[in-house]
Amino acid sequence: MQNVAMDVSFWILQCLNALQYAMLLFLLSVGLTVIFGLLNFVNLAHASLYMLGAYLGISLAALTGSFWWALLIAPLLVMGIGAGLYFTLIARLRTAGPMNQVLVTFGLIFVFLDLVRIGWGDIALGLAAPPALSGTLHFLGINYPSYRLFIIGLGGTVMAGMWFILARTQIGAMIRASVENTDMAAALGIDVSRLFFLVFCCGCALAGLAGVAAAPILSATTTMGITILIPTMIVVVIGGLGSLEGAILGSLIIGFIDVFGAVLMPSFSALLTYALLAAVLVWRPHGLIAARG
Amino acid sequence: MKRFFAGLLVVLTLLNGGVVRADTKVGLLLPNTGVLAALGTAISEGFLLALDEAGRSDEFTLITEDTEIKPAIGLAKARKLVYQDEVDVIVGVVSSGVLGALRDFIHGAETPLIVANAGNNHATGRDCSPYIMRVSFSNGQINRPIGTWLAEQGVKTAYTLAADYAAGHQMIESFGKAFTDGGGTIIGSEFTPFGQTKDFSAYLTKAQAAGADAIFVFYAGSEAINFVKQYHSFNIKTPLYGSGFLTSPLYVEAQGDAAIGVIAALHYLPTLDTPENKIFVDAYRKKYGTIPSEYAVQGYDAALSLMAAVDAGGNSRAALAQNLPKIRYTGPRGPLRIDPKTNNIIQNIYIYDTVRKNGVLTQKRLATIPGVRDDAAGCKM
Repeated sequence: MQNVAMDVSFWILQCLNALQYAMLLFLLSVGLTVIFGLLNFVNLAHASLYMLGAYLGISLAALTGSFWWALLIAPLLVMGIGAGLYFTLIARLRTAGPMNQVLVTFGLIFVFLDLVRIGWGDIALGLAAPPALSGTLHFLGINYPSYRLFIIGLGGTVMAGMWFILARTQIGAMIRASVENTDMAAALGIDVSRLFFLVFCCGCALAGLAGVAAAPILSATTTMGITILIPTMIVVVIGGLGSLEGAILGSLIIGFIDVFGAVLMPSFSALLTYALLAAVLVWRPHGLIAARG
Repeated sequence: MKRFFAGLLVVLTLLNGGVVRADTKVGLLLPNTGVLAALGTAISEGFLLALDEAGRSDEFTLITEDTEIKPAIGLAKARKLVYQDEVDVIVGVVSSGVLGALRDFIHGAETPLIVANAGNNHATGRDCSPYIMRVSFSNGQINRPIGTWLAEQGVKTAYTLAADYAAGHQMIESFGKAFTDGGGTIIGSEFTPFGQTKDFSAYLTKAQAAGADAIFVFYAGSEAINFVKQYHSFNIKTPLYGSGFLTSPLYVEAQGDAAIGVIAALHYLPTLDTPENKIFVDAYRKKYGTIPSEYAVQGYDAALSLMAAVDAGGNSRAALAQNLPKIRYTGPRGPLRIDPKTNNIIQNIYIYDTVRKNGVLTQKRLATIPGVRDDAAGCKM
């Protein structure tokens, strides 16, 4: 009986670990996927915005003395950087074709990486979780770090908020219409380019938010952007480019595969994700939940 | 006019000591990018400090190359240093994987390599070479002593975790053997994908469930920072031990209070109370504004050894290879010499605890294991 109880709590813990990772992936992939769906633009520099969110968050926390201010302001700063990128590069590249877009935004990753190295140095920087969330919470017979629960909650809130906006508001309907058929949406009087800019900025802010939220657990390192880029891309491809439900489903799948792969078959865990990616590409090349019919 | 300046130059040179000393060309082969970049920076800082202190910076021409911690790239860069830049000696190499890839090339090119970090056991074991000399440590050298020590402390069972690459496997293997020989049992072991694992929660949960007396791990750089912080956040009751890189002075501040109480083994502590170390720590702090780490000491000792070898017999590749293994002195980390049987360093290993003192995190020495030396392990020079 003792053993069974311990086993159950072990699996609950691992499920929470998976859920927490999935939420982090969701915050990143949702911005990327919506930007792609709407602008038809693959912004690989999204990963750099995540890194900038973490570093700016750490500096802001040191400046203001509060994690919460950092969590609030850093995404706004990242949004500002995103807006700057939009006007200088992204808007011009809209019609340049996917290969040029990928090359330029991939190049941006290295530019940002070196800028961060110059500004913050090579050594990984830590950020302390806010005092209220630095302990563990006891429930269902387990102890789980409060901060990780906070991330799960944060991801859930953003998920619900995004769903509400996209499914229940007028602006959401405009976004969905533009994803479905840009020309028709424009013909019906939607200011498509303003809508694009708005969505792009929100996506950037979410990347920044993910960066600050991740910093207390994963620290800020110059390689954090490149490392998270691949799982994020996999989430987007598996879920279906441009689809919110796809981002949710993809994040959960990758989060659980990653954690349970590590638990059950550690030597194959890295392979599992790629095997799934290959399978999805063969059987459902547009992703599990395709945004366009 | 031209002739006048040429004459002036000759006169000045003669006044300057009479002989024009041929510069020694040094290839610094270190990672400038990736998870171990900070280690490369610390090593080159230590190296430059030693040249600077001796007033001999002008005598050494440094050519820096980035290994990117990738074996194939490290090898290509080493080839470039030897054939294109024609360096007299290569200093550096942080990753055991890169060192493994370089070994045959270095041996064949007969260019001396002073290893300033990579602990690959084989480089001074079964694959040793008269051209490879190590002033840092071997993976076995750091981990055997703490394995024995842990067993002596009455710890019966241990669960191990490490990054899945050459160094991780060798460190855990050496620890496991010493711990088992001392009467302990390893009840579980896991290797995590190197450079890709940022969140250790799945592994930590598993390690906790194993219910061992101790968790012993090897992580370095940003992986070490994340691991220690996450271990702490899960409030795991099993005490954490590790290779000292886990709570290296280089990044212990980023770990904060999470590092307190972690017990680990290293070949250098900035808190060692010896005159040599005091001078070194003061000089380092004056130049760079921070406390030196074991990585900085490795760079420092690489430069001291190189200067001593140049003084002993000039800077040709053959002379350097011959004189480097004869080095013996007391440095910041204590007495050190090179073992002529393997070309690996013989040095003290310190077991320490991280504590907070006067507001800063610092290292409290718990035990010293003097003159730790590796077996020849099949090495024939």
